[in-house]
Amino acid sequence: MAKLPTWADLVLVPLISLLLAAVISALVILAIGGDPVEAVTVMVDGALGSPYGWGYTLYYTTSFIFTGLAVTVAYHAGQFNIGGEGQAQLGGLGVALVCLALPWPHWSIALLAASVGAALFGAAWAAIPAWLQAKRGSHIVITTIMFNYIGAALIVYMLVEVLRPIGQMDPASARFPVGAKLPNFGEIPGLSLIFSNKVPANVSFFVAIAACFAVWALLWRTRLGYEIRAFGKSESAAVYAGISPTKVIMLSMLISGGLAGLMAINNVMGESERLVQNASEGAGFIGIAVALMGRNHPFGVFLAALLFGFLYQGGAEMGLWTTIPIELRLLVQGLVILFTGALDTMVRMMLTPFFRTARGAA
Amino acid sequence: MDYATLIEVLGSTLRLGTPLLLACLAGLFSERAGIFDIGLEGKMLMAAMASGAVAATTGSAWIGLGAGIFASLLFAGVHGLASITFRGNQLISGVALNFVASGATVLIAQTLFGQGGRTPPLSGAARFSPIQLPGVETLAAVPGFGPFYAKVLSGHSILVYIALLCVPLTWWLLYRTRFGLRLRAVGENPESVDTAGVSVIRLRYTAVVLTGVLCGIAGAYMATSLQAGFGREMTAGRGYIALAALIFAKWRPWQALWATMLFGFLQAIALRPDVIEGTLHMKIPVPALDALPYILTVIVLAGFVGRAIPPRAGGQPYVKER
Repeated sequence: MAKLPTWADLVLVPLISLLLAAVISALVILAIGGDPVEAVTVMVDGALGSPYGWGYTLYYTTSFIFTGLAVTVAYHAGQFNIGGEGQAQLGGLGVALVCLALPWPHWSIALLAASVGAALFGAAWAAIPAWLQAKRGSHIVITTIMFNYIGAALIVYMLVEVLRPIGQMDPASARFPVGAKLPNFGEIPGLSLIFSNKVPANVSFFVAIAACFAVWALLWRTRLGYEIRAFGKSESAAVYAGISPTKVIMLSMLISGGLAGLMAINNVMGESERLVQNASEGAGFIGIAVALMGRNHPFGVFLAALLFGFLYQGGAEMGLWTTIPIELRLLVQGLVILFTGALDTMVRMMLTPFFRTARGAA
Repeated sequence: MDYATLIEVLGSTLRLGTPLLLACLAGLFSERAGIFDIGLEGKMLMAAMASGAVAATTGSAWIGLGAGIFASLLFAGVHGLASITFRGNQLISGVALNFVASGATVLIAQTLFGQGGRTPPLSGAARFSPIQLPGVETLAAVPGFGPFYAKVLSGHSILVYIALLCVPLTWWLLYRTRFGLRLRAVGENPESVDTAGVSVIRLRYTAVVLTGVLCGIAGAYMATSLQAGFGREMTAGRGYIALAALIFAKWRPWQALWATMLFGFLQAIALRPDVIEGTLHMKIPVPALDALPYILTVIVLAGFVGRAIPPRAGGQPYVKER
C-alpha cells in the first residue's frame, strides 16, 4: 500500500474519521426519529453560541486535555492506559484530602498543593498496573480496567465511611474551605469582561495548557522522552541501546497516571468544590478518543479536547432541548475511537487513490 | 456457614458464573485464533438489550435469544473487519465497540420504550424459566447429595445447561477436530496454516463468529434469565472478568469452567454480607466485597498462580505477503 504524505496522515485521516463518525451518528439520529440538523444547531448554539456555553465547553476541554495527555504519554511508551478514569477518580481523592486538610490562605497555594496531591494519587493508582506490566508481564490493558472498578469502590468507601460529614445523607465530602476556591473565568481580570461568574471554566484551564507544553518538552526535548519514544517504537532495539524497560514503563505510566489525576483540580477543586461519587464522569475514557484523534501530539490533543468539549457541552444541551438522549455522546466517542484507532487503515485505503492520481499527474 | 447456606451460595454461584463462562469460552475461540477481544463486554451488553427488547415485544424468550445473538454477531463482524480485514489495533477496536455499545443500548432502549434506557420487565414466556432436572424427588432423601442436586444443579434455566454443555463441546472441537487443530495453529503460527493452503482469514472470521454467538447467549441470559429485562450497563464489567478468567484458565476450556465458577462464587458471596460476617467474624465493608472479583483478577493476572502464556500470534494482524 502506498504511503500517504505526512500532512494527509496527520490532518486528513483524523478529519475523515470524524466525518465518518458524524455521518453514522446522523443516521442513528434519523433512525431514532430525531432531526440531525436540529441536533447540530442546538449543539453549536449551546456550546459555542454564548460566553456561558463557552464557559462549559472550555471547562470540559480542560479535563479532556489532562486525560488526553495521560493516554498520549503512555502511548508513546507502547502502553495503552485505559485506567485514566480510575486515576482521575483517585486524583479527586487527593485533591479532597489536600483541600480539607488546612484552611488555605490563598487559592494559588492551595492549587499548588492540590495539584501535587492529585498527581500523586493518580500516579499511585497507575503504579501497581505499571509494576505488574514491567515485572510480571500482566497485560496493562486488563489491569488498568480492573483498577478502574477497584478505584470506584474505594471512592464509595471513602465517601460513605470516612469523608462524609456527620449528619449528611448523600455520599460526598464536606465543602472545601473558602481559601481553596479557584477563580473561574468570570473572576479573572480581563476574562471577566466576557464571562459571567457562573461558568465552571476556571484557572486550571491554564494549568492544562502548561501541561501541553510540558508534555511536548518531556517527549521531544528530554533524554527520558527519547527513551520513552524509542521503547515505544521498538522494545528490542531500545533494550539493545541500554534503555531499561522497567524504568520506561514505570516512569511513563506514573506520569500518565499523574496527568489523569491532575484533571481533578478542574472538576473537583474548580467546579464541585467537594468530592462526589463518580466525579470524573467518564472523562478518563474520553482521553482515549482525544489522544487518538489528536494523533498523540500535545497540540493535537489540545484541538481534540476542544472538539470533545464542544461535543460534551453541546450533547448536554441536545439532551436537554431535543428528544435525542444524551447517550449519543458515548456513541460518537466510541465511533471516533473506532475510526481513528482501529479502522485507520481503512481510512488510509480510502485516501490512497486520490494521492496516487495527484502524483501521477504531476 | 451451615450446609443450607452453602447450598444457596453455590446455587447462585452457578447462576452468576454462567454469563462469565459463556463469555470466557467466547474469548477462548477468538484468542486461540489470534484475535484479542476486549469487546466481549460490549457484545454482551448489545445482546442483553436486543434480547430484552425483542422478548418484551414478542413475548418469546427464544426469539429474544435469537435477536441477542444477531446483535452480538453484528458487533463481532465489525471487530473482525477492523482486526482481520483492515489489520487495525485489536485492543482499540474492542474498547471502541464497548463505548458504542454503552451508548447504543441506552439510545435504542430509550427510543423504543421511553423508560430511562431500560426495557420493560419481562414475565412468563418472555423469560427462560427454571427447569427441574429429573429425579429430584427420588434423590431428595439422600442426605448431603439430595439437597445439592435439587438446589445447586437443578432449577436453572435452559441457558445454564447450554453453557455447561459448551465446555465439553469446546474441548472436543478444539482438540479432537481438524477445525480445532487449524484454529489453534492460526493463533500460534498463522504462516504455517497459510503454507498448508488453509485460509487464515476464513479461520479467524469463523472464530470471531463463534465468539459473537457465545457472547450473544451470555447477554441474552443476563436479560431474559438472570434478570427480568435489560438495564443500562447491566453487564457491569463481566466481559473483562471473563477475560481475566480466560487468562487464569490459560486458554483451556475445562479450566475456564473452574475459573468462571470461582469468580461466580466470589460474586455470589459478595451478595451475602451476612454470610461473610458469620464465617469470618468481622464486618467487611460492602464496597470491598464489590471490588473483590476485580482484586482477585489482578492477583490472577499478576501471575501468582502460575505463568500464563497467551497464543503466540495473538493481537498481530496477519499479512500474507509484502
